[in-house]
Amino acid sequence: MASTIFISVGVLFNLFGCIGLIRLPDVYNRLQSATKCVTLGTCSILVGVLIHFGFINTGVKALIAIPLLFFSATVAAHALVRGAYHAGIKLGDKSVKDDYKDAVK
Amino acid sequence: MDTLAILLYIQIALSLFCLFRVIRGPSIADRMVGLDIFGILVVGICAILTIQTGRSFILDIGIAWIILSFIGTLTLAKYLSGKKLNE
Repeated sequence: MASTIFISVGVLFNLFGCIGLIRLPDVYNRLQSATKCVTLGTCSILVGVLIHFGFINTGVKALIAIPLLFFSATVAAHALVRGAYHAGIKLGDKSVKDDYKDAVK
Repeated sequence: MDTLAILLYIQIALSLFCLFRVIRGPSIADRMVGLDIFGILVVGICAILTIQTGRSFILDIGIAWIILSFIGTLTLAKYLSGKKLNE
Protein backbone atom coordinates (compact mmCIF):
# COMPACT_ATOMS: atom_id res chain seq x y z
CA MET A 1 0.00 0.00 0.00
CA ALA A 2 2.88 2.38 0.74
CA SER A 3 4.29 1.70 -2.72
CA THR A 4 0.99 2.82 -4.30
CA ILE A 5 1.17 6.09 -2.35
CA PHE A 6 4.73 6.76 -3.58
CA ILE A 7 3.75 5.96 -7.18
CA SER A 8 0.70 8.26 -6.95
CA VAL A 9 2.87 11.14 -5.71
CA GLY A 10 5.31 10.49 -8.56
CA VAL A 11 2.60 10.52 -11.23
CA LEU A 12 1.23 13.75 -9.71
CA PHE A 13 4.67 15.41 -10.01
CA ASN A 14 4.94 14.17 -13.60
CA LEU A 15 1.55 15.77 -14.31
CA PHE A 16 2.76 19.13 -12.96
CA GLY A 17 5.94 18.90 -15.03
CA CYS A 18 4.03 18.15 -18.22
CA ILE A 19 1.63 21.03 -17.59
CA GLY A 20 4.68 23.29 -17.28
CA LEU A 21 6.15 21.81 -20.46
CA ILE A 22 2.97 22.60 -22.40
CA ARG A 23 2.03 25.99 -20.92
CA LEU A 24 5.17 28.02 -20.16
CA PRO A 25 6.32 30.69 -22.66
CA ASP A 26 9.94 30.02 -23.69
CA VAL A 27 12.40 27.14 -23.79
CA TYR A 28 14.29 27.99 -20.57
CA ASN A 29 11.13 28.09 -18.44
CA ARG A 30 9.89 24.88 -20.03
CA LEU A 31 13.15 23.10 -19.35
CA GLN A 32 13.46 24.08 -15.70
CA SER A 33 9.86 23.19 -14.88
CA ALA A 34 9.84 19.91 -16.75
CA THR A 35 13.27 18.68 -15.63
CA LYS A 36 12.78 19.33 -11.92
CA CYS A 37 9.27 17.94 -11.65
CA VAL A 38 9.75 14.91 -13.90
CA THR A 39 13.06 13.86 -12.33
CA LEU A 40 11.62 14.00 -8.82
CA GLY A 41 8.43 12.21 -9.93
CA THR A 42 10.24 9.36 -11.64
CA CYS A 43 12.58 8.94 -8.66
CA SER A 44 9.48 8.69 -6.45
CA ILE A 45 8.03 5.98 -8.73
CA LEU A 46 11.31 4.05 -8.48
CA VAL A 47 11.23 4.36 -4.67
CA GLY A 48 7.74 2.85 -4.85
CA VAL A 49 9.13 -0.10 -6.84
CA LEU A 50 11.88 -0.52 -4.23
CA ILE A 51 9.35 -0.60 -1.39
CA HIS A 52 7.09 -3.04 -3.26
CA PHE A 53 9.80 -5.61 -3.99
CA GLY A 54 12.14 -5.12 -1.03
CA PHE A 55 15.88 -5.64 -1.18
CA ILE A 56 15.89 -8.55 -3.63
CA ASN A 57 17.02 -8.39 -7.25
CA THR A 58 14.29 -6.16 -8.71
CA GLY A 59 14.36 -3.70 -5.81
CA VAL A 60 18.13 -3.39 -6.05
CA LYS A 61 17.77 -2.61 -9.76
CA ALA A 62 15.43 0.25 -8.86
CA LEU A 63 17.93 1.42 -6.24
CA ILE A 64 20.65 1.48 -8.92
CA ALA A 65 18.41 3.39 -11.34
CA ILE A 66 17.66 6.25 -8.89
CA PRO A 67 21.11 7.97 -8.73
CA LEU A 68 21.73 7.16 -12.40
CA LEU A 69 18.54 8.99 -13.39
CA PHE A 70 19.14 11.83 -10.93
CA PHE A 71 22.62 12.78 -12.17
CA SER A 72 22.14 12.05 -15.88
CA ALA A 73 18.90 14.05 -16.20
CA THR A 74 20.30 17.14 -14.49
CA VAL A 75 23.58 17.10 -16.43
CA ALA A 76 21.72 16.64 -19.73
CA ALA A 77 19.38 19.54 -18.93
CA HIS A 78 22.30 21.82 -18.08
CA ALA A 79 24.10 20.97 -21.33
CA LEU A 80 20.89 21.47 -23.28
CA VAL A 81 20.13 24.93 -21.90
CA ARG A 82 23.75 25.99 -22.42
CA GLY A 83 23.62 24.85 -26.03
CA ALA A 84 20.33 26.64 -26.55
CA TYR A 85 21.79 29.89 -25.21
CA HIS A 86 24.86 29.64 -27.43
CA ALA A 87 22.66 28.89 -30.43
CA GLY A 88 21.11 32.34 -29.99
CA ILE A 89 17.59 31.45 -28.87
CA LYS A 90 16.04 34.55 -27.26
CA LEU A 91 14.44 34.69 -23.83
CA GLY A 92 10.69 35.23 -23.55
CA ASP A 93 9.02 38.63 -23.64
CA LYS A 94 8.35 38.76 -19.89
CA SER A 95 11.91 37.91 -18.81
CA VAL A 96 13.52 40.74 -16.84
CA LYS A 97 17.09 39.62 -16.07
CA ASP A 98 19.88 37.95 -18.05
CA ASP A 99 23.04 37.48 -15.98
CA TYR A 100 24.60 34.89 -18.28
CA LYS A 101 25.00 37.46 -21.07
CA ASP A 102 27.72 39.25 -19.06
CA ALA A 103 29.40 36.00 -18.01
CA VAL A 104 29.70 34.57 -21.51
CA LYS A 105 31.81 37.45 -22.89
CA MET B 1 -9.51 -1.85 -12.70
CA ASP B 2 -7.05 -1.29 -9.88
CA THR B 3 -5.23 1.89 -8.97
CA LEU B 4 -1.96 0.91 -10.62
CA ALA B 5 -3.57 0.50 -14.05
CA ILE B 6 -5.12 3.98 -13.80
CA LEU B 7 -1.73 5.46 -12.90
CA LEU B 8 -0.17 3.61 -15.84
CA TYR B 9 -2.72 5.09 -18.25
CA ILE B 10 -2.14 8.60 -16.84
CA GLN B 11 1.61 8.17 -17.34
CA ILE B 12 1.15 7.05 -20.96
CA ALA B 13 -1.10 10.07 -21.62
CA LEU B 14 1.57 12.40 -20.16
CA SER B 15 4.21 10.97 -22.51
CA LEU B 16 1.87 11.68 -25.42
CA PHE B 17 1.64 15.31 -24.21
CA CYS B 18 5.44 15.47 -24.46
CA LEU B 19 5.21 14.27 -28.06
CA PHE B 20 2.80 17.18 -28.65
CA ARG B 21 5.61 19.55 -27.63
CA VAL B 22 8.00 17.69 -29.95
CA ILE B 23 5.64 18.20 -32.88
CA ARG B 24 4.58 21.80 -32.13
CA GLY B 25 7.87 23.24 -30.80
CA PRO B 26 8.71 26.65 -32.27
CA SER B 27 12.49 26.13 -32.13
CA ILE B 28 14.74 23.07 -32.30
CA ALA B 29 15.60 23.34 -28.58
CA ASP B 30 11.92 22.87 -27.67
CA ARG B 31 11.84 19.60 -29.59
CA MET B 32 14.97 18.42 -27.81
CA VAL B 33 13.50 19.28 -24.39
CA GLY B 34 10.38 17.31 -25.30
CA LEU B 35 12.44 14.27 -26.30
CA ASP B 36 14.49 14.44 -23.08
CA ILE B 37 11.39 14.58 -20.88
CA PHE B 38 9.77 11.82 -22.94
CA GLY B 39 12.72 9.56 -22.19
CA ILE B 40 12.39 10.12 -18.45
CA LEU B 41 8.63 9.45 -18.54
CA VAL B 42 9.17 6.15 -20.36
CA VAL B 43 11.37 5.04 -17.44
CA GLY B 44 8.37 5.66 -15.16
CA ILE B 45 6.16 3.58 -17.47
CA CYS B 46 8.71 0.74 -17.31
CA ALA B 47 8.78 0.93 -13.50
CA ILE B 48 4.98 0.69 -13.19
CA LEU B 49 4.89 -2.17 -15.70
CA THR B 50 7.46 -4.00 -13.58
CA ILE B 51 5.09 -4.04 -10.62
CA GLN B 52 2.07 -4.95 -12.75
CA THR B 53 3.60 -7.89 -14.57
CA GLY B 54 6.07 -9.00 -11.87
CA ARG B 55 8.84 -9.48 -14.44
CA SER B 56 12.11 -7.78 -13.59
CA PHE B 57 13.63 -7.43 -17.07
CA ILE B 58 11.37 -4.45 -17.89
CA LEU B 59 13.32 -2.36 -15.38
CA ASP B 60 16.50 -3.24 -17.31
CA ILE B 61 14.93 -1.63 -20.38
CA GLY B 62 14.35 1.49 -18.27
CA ILE B 63 17.98 1.64 -17.12
CA ALA B 64 19.22 1.25 -20.70
CA TRP B 65 16.80 3.98 -21.79
CA ILE B 66 18.24 6.38 -19.18
CA ILE B 67 21.77 5.94 -20.52
CA LEU B 68 20.76 6.20 -24.20
CA SER B 69 18.68 9.32 -23.55
CA PHE B 70 21.59 10.91 -21.66
CA ILE B 71 24.08 10.31 -24.47
CA GLY B 72 21.64 11.42 -27.16
CA THR B 73 20.75 14.64 -25.37
CA LEU B 74 24.42 15.50 -24.75
CA THR B 75 25.24 14.94 -28.42
CA LEU B 76 22.33 17.05 -29.63
CA ALA B 77 23.23 19.85 -27.18
CA LYS B 78 26.80 19.85 -28.50
CA TYR B 79 25.44 20.02 -32.04
CA LEU B 80 23.12 22.87 -31.07
CA SER B 81 25.89 25.01 -29.62
CA GLY B 82 27.73 24.78 -32.92
CA LYS B 83 30.88 22.93 -31.87
CA LYS B 84 32.50 19.79 -33.18
CA LEU B 85 32.24 16.65 -31.09
CA ASN B 86 35.97 16.48 -30.22
CA GLU B 87 36.26 19.98 -28.71
